Amino acid sequence: MRPVATTIIALRALRRNKMRSVLTALGMIIGVGAVIAMVSIGNGAKSQVEGAIASLGQNIVSVFPGSFSTGGARGGWGSANTLTPEDALAIQREISGVVAVSPETRNRSQVLANGLNWNTTIYGESPDFPSIRSWDVSEGTMFTDADVRSASKVAVIGQTIADQIFPGSSPIGQTLRIRNIPFKVIGILATKGFNYFGTDQDDAVIVPYTSSMRRLFRRTTLSTILIQAATKDQMFRIQQETTDLLQQRRAGRDPDFTVRNQLELAEAATSTTRTMTALLGAIAGVSLIVGGIGIMNIMLVSVTERTREIGIRLAIGAHDRDIRLQFLLEAMVLSLMGGTLGILLGIISSQLVSAINGWPVLVSTTAVIVAFLFSGAVGIIFGFYPAHKAAQLDPIEALRFE
Amino acid sequence: MTPVVQLQDIHKIYATGEVQVHAVRGISLDIQKGEFIAIMGASGSGKSTLMNTLGCLDRPTSGRYLLDDIDVSDLDRNERADIRNQKLGFVFQGFNLLARTSALENVELPMLYAPRRISAQEMRERAMHALGIVGLADRHDHLPNQLSGGQQQRVAIARALVNQPQILLADEPTGNLDSKTSIEVMGVFQKLNDEGITIVMVTHELDIAHYCKRNLIVRDGVVVRDELVKDRLVSAQELMKLQQAEIVAKLTHARQ
Repeated sequence: MRPVATTIIALRALRRNKMRSVLTALGMIIGVGAVIAMVSIGNGAKSQVEGAIASLGQNIVSVFPGSFSTGGARGGWGSANTLTPEDALAIQREISGVVAVSPETRNRSQVLANGLNWNTTIYGESPDFPSIRSWDVSEGTMFTDADVRSASKVAVIGQTIADQIFPGSSPIGQTLRIRNIPFKVIGILATKGFNYFGTDQDDAVIVPYTSSMRRLFRRTTLSTILIQAATKDQMFRIQQETTDLLQQRRAGRDPDFTVRNQLELAEAATSTTRTMTALLGAIAGVSLIVGGIGIMNIMLVSVTERTREIGIRLAIGAHDRDIRLQFLLEAMVLSLMGGTLGILLGIISSQLVSAINGWPVLVSTTAVIVAFLFSGAVGIIFGFYPAHKAAQLDPIEALRFE
Repeated sequence: MTPVVQLQDIHKIYATGEVQVHAVRGISLDIQKGEFIAIMGASGSGKSTLMNTLGCLDRPTSGRYLLDDIDVSDLDRNERADIRNQKLGFVFQGFNLLARTSALENVELPMLYAPRRISAQEMRERAMHALGIVGLADRHDHLPNQLSGGQQQRVAIARALVNQPQILLADEPTGNLDSKTSIEVMGVFQKLNDEGITIVMVTHELDIAHYCKRNLIVRDGVVVRDELVKDRLVSAQELMKLQQAEIVAKLTHARQ
């Protein structure tokens, strides 16, 4: 085996047929380019969805009320009105690994100030709310546990409320009337924008949950309980323990609540894009195979066409291994060259798609490395048969070939 | 001095299907160093088979072939390839140069397949030297299709010479050339032979065989005649005659 000499021979052979070499590599260029572009676009979409899910808060386990049935009519999830602040306190007290709990109430109501009005959602929450939802108070302060205990008439408002009710002036310290009850604005939440489902998250007024229940809406039950786990891997345990605890607190009754964990939601949302990425990648992968077959096809034609050349080489001293290695190297150089150009093409075209359509793209290093190795493997696999065929030729027959 | 080539009762039988073809039926032959032999014979006479055996491209069915005192009759495929590379040089009727490859790279080819690795610089120097011998050093960067037939055959001769073989084997080297170019190419062979290189060629042209020193005639797989050439032609003289004939022809033409 003469690897150095054979490499020179293979490169010279490719250079002799520049046009054919480029055309052969084209299949590989397009195949690899398509894979890289598709995977990049898919990854971009996935990261966007993941970002949207993360904006809902970090490591959240949520408790929703169950369904309420009366006389055979079933109310659907959330109709049961059975979650109480005591449930929330019990969770905080008894389950380890819980960082924060917010008993949440949600009601729609009109708010008034400065002669302006706006219909919005009033959230009753605990002071942990900003931490749970990863949502900072950008101006002023959040209310405190003391405010919760005394059911203070204080509110933290979203940016949309600030814009609509207090245009041109700072809302901090001003009075906002909710159901005719004056609340003092003590803080403004940072802008969060629209969520994954198209709701304006900044269209919100946050008050202590006790104030919401006792002063505003005269309710005894909660809409949701938000629980924040210390770490991601504790979420499933906390979900299970919360279920057990609440079940125990409702001794003997049917479960009237559901406990969801954010990972499930994230899972559902990202699985779609993951499926899409896999699908696009698979389609692009088919073109890779086609590119590989193209290389094999050309190499086979080339072996026939170059029979005389092979005969000359054998006559002047080439071993069958030299011929095999030469054709294998030619196939590999073609496919690796195609792979490299394809990676460039894929990156360029995904950036182009991003620039034109505004889609987020994420070129993954793994995809690039895998595509490169795969194209090398394609060269070996599809180059082997033609190379073997060339090496088997008889020098006398090959020299006589017309 | 032991002969370079010793063939002892060589037989070659091709078994194609049910029919057996007895192409060579017991040829024994000694070739001394410095000989210049033409093998002649009609097609089907077995001369090509004899040539392929001499060239270690094919193995005899029976008999012994000693090349340079080495028994090459039962070497395997790759061992024979090394023998061809190191001890034999081939010149073909159809030149068989690699297309779209410069004369220099064509001549370098046998060195790329040498058992010992040869540096790029040495390859280039030896290839240029070989091209110099055939008088084409200044055309080293030409591609085959930029060269005349005679020049292409000279590049092929340079390629055959580059590994300093024991024998130069030429299979109808003038078959694709016109008569004047044939004489030129025979001139190259004569010059090489004068420098001590052993040459064996196959030809069916009697006048070309007259440039050699010894003629073998093969018929039905046996050597029927083996004789030294008496009135040997010399390329330089023949070219001179041609030239004069041309001048005379031109003068006669001009007078009319």
